[in-house]
Formats: sequence, C-alpha cells, structure tokens
Amino acid sequence: MKRTYLIVSLFFLTGFLACKKEVMETFAGFQRPTNFPEPAYHFATNKITKEGFELGRKLFYEVQLSANNTISCGSCHIQTAAFTHHGHALSHGIFDRMGTRNAPPIMNLAWNTSFMWDGGIVDLDLQSIAPITNHVEMDETMPNVLNKLRNSTVYPALFKKAWGSEEITSTGFLKALSQFMVMCVSSNSKYDSVMGNENGKVFTAEEQEGRVLVQQKCGACHTEPLFTDNRFRNNGLVPSSTNDEGRYLITQLDNDRYKFRVPSLRNLAYTAPYMHDGRLLTLDAVLDHYTSQVQATPNLDPLLQQGGIMGVQLTASERTKIKAFLNTLNDKSFLLDRRFAEQ
Amino acid sequence: MKKILIAVSAIALFVTSCKKDDTPEYNPNVKADLSVEFDNIAGSSDLQLNTGTYTNTAGESFKVTKLKYFVSNFKLTNVDGTVYTVPQAQSYFLVDESNSASHEALLSVPEGEYKTITFTLGVDSLRNTMDVSQRTGVLDVTGAAADMYWSWNSGYIFFKMDGTSPSSTAGGNVFQYHAGGFGGYSTPTVNNLKTITLDLTTRGTPKVKSGKDTNIHLMVDVLKVLGGTATMSFATTAMIHSPTGGVPLANNYASMISHDHTEN
Ligand code: HEC
Ligand code: HEC
Repeated sequence: MKRTYLIVSLFFLTGFLACKKEVMETFAGFQRPTNFPEPAYHFATNKITKEGFELGRKLFYEVQLSANNTISCGSCHIQTAAFTHHGHALSHGIFDRMGTRNAPPIMNLAWNTSFMWDGGIVDLDLQSIAPITNHVEMDETMPNVLNKLRNSTVYPALFKKAWGSEEITSTGFLKALSQFMVMCVSSNSKYDSVMGNENGKVFTAEEQEGRVLVQQKCGACHTEPLFTDNRFRNNGLVPSSTNDEGRYLITQLDNDRYKFRVPSLRNLAYTAPYMHDGRLLTLDAVLDHYTSQVQATPNLDPLLQQGGIMGVQLTASERTKIKAFLNTLNDKSFLLDRRFAEQ
Repeated sequence: MKKILIAVSAIALFVTSCKKDDTPEYNPNVKADLSVEFDNIAGSSDLQLNTGTYTNTAGESFKVTKLKYFVSNFKLTNVDGTVYTVPQAQSYFLVDESNSASHEALLSVPEGEYKTITFTLGVDSLRNTMDVSQRTGVLDVTGAAADMYWSWNSGYIFFKMDGTSPSSTAGGNVFQYHAGGFGGYSTPTVNNLKTITLDLTTRGTPKVKSGKDTNIHLMVDVLKVLGGTATMSFATTAMIHSPTGGVPLANNYASMISHDHTEN
C-alpha cells in the first residue's frame, strides 16, 4: 500500500500527468467491459495479479526470447498498430526471414476460443511457444529461453514477486505472458461508449445506418460486440501464392480448406494491411473484395453466394455508411494506454 | 525362424521347469516394482543411432539419428483376471534411444502374476488438453517434451524417427517421420493413438513381489514401423509432419512392439 502512495506522489512530482489516472487507481485486474460477453479464457487457473501482469509485459518486450537477442513479441505486435505488425503484409522475423501470415492484433484475446489464423492453438498459455520456436520468427528453443532468464540478473526476482519463488518455470513464464495479453482489452471506441450509454454518446445518422448495414451484410460472421463469431470461414479470397489452406492445415478435413478464423473489425484504422496474408491495403480494397472479387473457391461461405450472387451488394452511399460505422470501432486509447507499453 | 523357435522352446522349458517350486504368496495390498523395458531394434540387430545401416521393406538403406516416442496409460491384467490401472500421474514415459535411462518405464503395481500388459503409444487427449501447470516431467512442452510437441497445432508428437537415407530426395538425404494427433479439440480429426496389448504368457509372465526386481523386456522394431500394414518409402515420402501424414506410420507402429522375455 505504502509503495503505491509513494509511486503516486512521485508521479505527481514529476508531473507525468498522462499516467496519473492509471497509477492512482489500484491495479484493477481483468475487468469485463459491460457490453462484452463472459470471457473464454480460463482465469480460474491463472489469477491475474499486478506482479504477474508486469512480469508478462516485461517478457513480451524481452528480446532474449529470440535466438540472436534482437526480436521480442513487441517487434511484430506493435502497440501503436493495435499490436499488429504495421505496414507488413507478412511478418518478417529473425534474420529477416519472411513468414507466410499477417500478424493479428493482441487485442481482446480473453474472448478468443482459439488462436492463429487457422485456430491451431487452443490455449493462450501455449501460444507463446509457437513464435519462440518458429524458425522464421524467433528461432529459439524454450529450454534455452528459460535458461537465459535463469541467468539474468532481473528475472528471478520478478518471478518471485509474481509467483512466490525465484524459480523460472515454464508455467510461470507462459502464464505471465498470458496475463499481459488478456489484459490488453480494447473497449473504449465510440461504439462502446454508445453501447454503454456513456455521457449520452450517440451515433450520427450515417453511423447508425452503417451499423444496420454491417449487421445485415457482415454481422453473421463479424458478430457484435467483438465483431467475430470465432469461427472458421472462407470469405472468397483467391488462394495466396503459397496456397495457404488455412484451417485445413490443422484439421485436414476437406471442408476446412481455405477457411480462416473470422477476424475482429475493431481498430481497423490501425491494423492495415488486412486478411491472413495482408494482401489488402485499405478498407476500400476490402469492400471492393466483398462487392466484386469474391471467388468461388472450395468451401466459399454460403453467406457470400446468396441467391446466385457472389459477395455482397453495396451502393456507393452504403459503402460510405459502412466505413463511417467501422470508424466508430477504433479505440485510440488502446494504442496510448501506458499499461501496455514497454516500460 | 529357426532361432526364434529354439528361443521359444528354451523359454517354454524354462518357464515350465520353474513352475513347480515357484508359487510365491502375493499380497495384492502391497505394491512392488515392475519395470518395462523398451529395447529398440532394427529387425535382428540392436538399433545403433547414427552408425547402424539398415534396409526397409521397400529395399532402401537408411540410418536412424533420432528415435523418440511416448508410452502411457499402463494397465496390467492379473492371471486371476483383475485389472490394475497405473495411476495417471505415474503413467507417462518418453523413450529416447539416445538416453538409456529412458528405456525403462518404472511402474509400481500390486504384487501378483500378470498375463497381459496394455499401454498407449502416444499421449491421450486428456493430457493433450491439460493446463500447462499440469504438464510436468516428460510432458513439459518447454522442457523434456520441447521437441515432441507441435506448437503450431497444439499437440504432442507421439512418435518421432529421424534419419538419413540415400533414397531420400530431401536436403541432406534426411527423412523425418513424426506422427501425432489425438483426435482434435473442437473438430474431430485424425487419431493416431494406439492401444497396444501384449500377451505375456508365452514368453514369461512377470511375478511381481516386493523385495525383488521384475522386468518385462519388450522389443521395439523400427523396421516394422517402416513396413507393416503400409510400406514406407523414403523416396516417396521423406517428411511426415502432420496427423494425417502420420496415419500409415501409426498403423505400423501399432504392431512394432513384441514381448521378448521377462526377468523375474
Ligand atoms: C516475427 C513476428 C512475430 C513475433 C516475433 C511474434 N509474433 Fe505473434 N504472431 C505473428 C504472426 C505472423 C501471427 C499469425 C500467425 C498465424 O496465424 O499462423 C501471430 C499470432 C499471434 C497470436 C494469435 C492472435 C490471434 O488473434 O489469434 C498471439 C496471441 C501472438 N502472436 C502472441 C505472440 C507472443 C506472446 C510473442 C512473443 C513470445 C509473439 N507473438 C511473437 C508474428 C509474430
Ligand atoms: C461469410 C463470413 C463473412 C462475411 C459475411 C464477411 N466477412 Fe469479413 N472476413 C471473414 C473472414 C473469414 C475473414 C478473414 C479472411 C482471410 O484472411 O482469409 C474476413 C476478413 C475481413 C477483414 C480483414 C480484417 C483483418 O484484420 O485483416 C475485414 C476488414 C472484413 N472482413 C470486413 C468485412 C465487411 C465490412 C463485411 C461486410 C460487408 C464482411 N467482412 C463480411 C468473413 C466474413
């Protein structure tokens, strides 16, 4: 307690006003936004604490997680791009090797029922192993990473603060990273304010009409309030040059070929380029895709070929309205939240 | 063939000759040690990593550089018909040819004479979906099991055999045969778990009693993995890295293990 006051007064002294609000509040842990459903993450086996979260944050920005100590999770998941790899269609990793997929945002992951574009990872606690051991990404081994942390001057003490023992364990490592990631909740968009009836915020007429259109034309897949139904679908993109077959790679079932997990529509202003391989650079290109470029590839979603018409039909004014509504899903505060930044 | 015949009759003789005076009193309430040895061989040769050269059913020569597999969920059937299931927590083993200490699965079972042994080749779905904090020992995906785990498709690799073969067209003439797949989380997918039951009566039943060591000696033949129900060819398939790809391998490894003898 005393320490909190000390920190608070220190911040007052330095006049670091941007941080004032969050530092004065005691660590609130994970809080479900009122307009969000119950999270899917198993908090029962990973109780969020301030120390666990802070350890996770430090690990997220730790370059020792990569083979040549140059790349951290934060290198590809950049906060100012809503934790995506801004400007990179395909994420490059260690030694500038290129990956085959676009980095998704670290955002509202507590509601994900699976991870990665193909849902190959089912527990957030197991997620961190994949990039660390991936040849293209960080090219390290887990035993090596844990040894580096054991030999560091800071981590044993941080593990003790978080988990009560200086021992660097895989569980402590993986769960701390999960704590940081589930805390990255983005729920301060205009849409959220309107939904939460905050300060009498309302949509403009254009935004409201856009919302109805999105609900009608996109909402079966991009379902409110997270703007994803967490399912795997084929939205009619031409197969990529690497012929990424998406969900099929995991289930090896023919009816999963070319299906990808439906991504959220939140924070699109900061997460371009779009789609699993980042092929579309702008929202207009996305709308062009849905209105005129949907391809009849295997397992194309029935919703995108209704009544013999490929894709969705939108007039110019409908497109404008949809874009106006999508704009209300951007949450600038998420990008600026000091709690999620490298300290 | 002749050799085996002689061996069989020798053992049969041995077993019968022992039977008369050897009727120990068992106390089923007392637990005693039973070790199960996984002796990796290639046909009639002991398997030698890196140095031994062998020939598969397809007639291709090859060397093995790595051999690892999980065995789990041990069950023993007493001659009186009762079945003992080794508790979950003590029932997972990772056999690694390069580490001789790992060749023995040490079990603690009630005293008694057993007629069959059953175990799973692989890691069952329960353990595959368990919280990371429960994945200790050989199941630690960041430690002992780090190279027996598919991080991109959350799941343990059940069986891994890497090596080289002049027939392989992959870089460095390598082959990598990795099989896993426990049936899927949300979508039912390939299941390469194999339950193996071995009769112990023909080659010597283990008579487990406290104060003595009993060892069930099993032979694990890598040639059978390459040529059982499916003939594997390094020229056709050098790399197997997925549950579906691993199906023929798994059908073969289901019968790669046989009971050789028991040391009582
Ligand atoms: C080289 C760039 C790179 C690095 C470094 C990296 N990632 Fe990623 N991350 C990606 C890409 C690309 C994907 C999507 C991969 C896929 O779907 O196959 C991804 C996916 C994810 C996802 C899934 C998100 C979702 O919505 O499904 C999470 C969570 C994640 N990364 C966390 C991390 C963590 C934690 C680290 C550090 C241990 C890390 N990443 C390091 C590029 C990277
Ligand atoms: C049939 C389900 C479905 C419908 C309907 C649908 N989408 Fe999608 N959407 C998807 C899937 C699946 C993806 C990911 C595809 C991929 O990357 O291969 C996606 C991707 C996107 C992306 C890229 C997001 C990112 O982070 O990369 C945007 C933007 C998008 N959709 C907007 C829309 C809009 C706007 C509509 C309505 C006009 C719409 N979608 C209708 C399924 C759908």
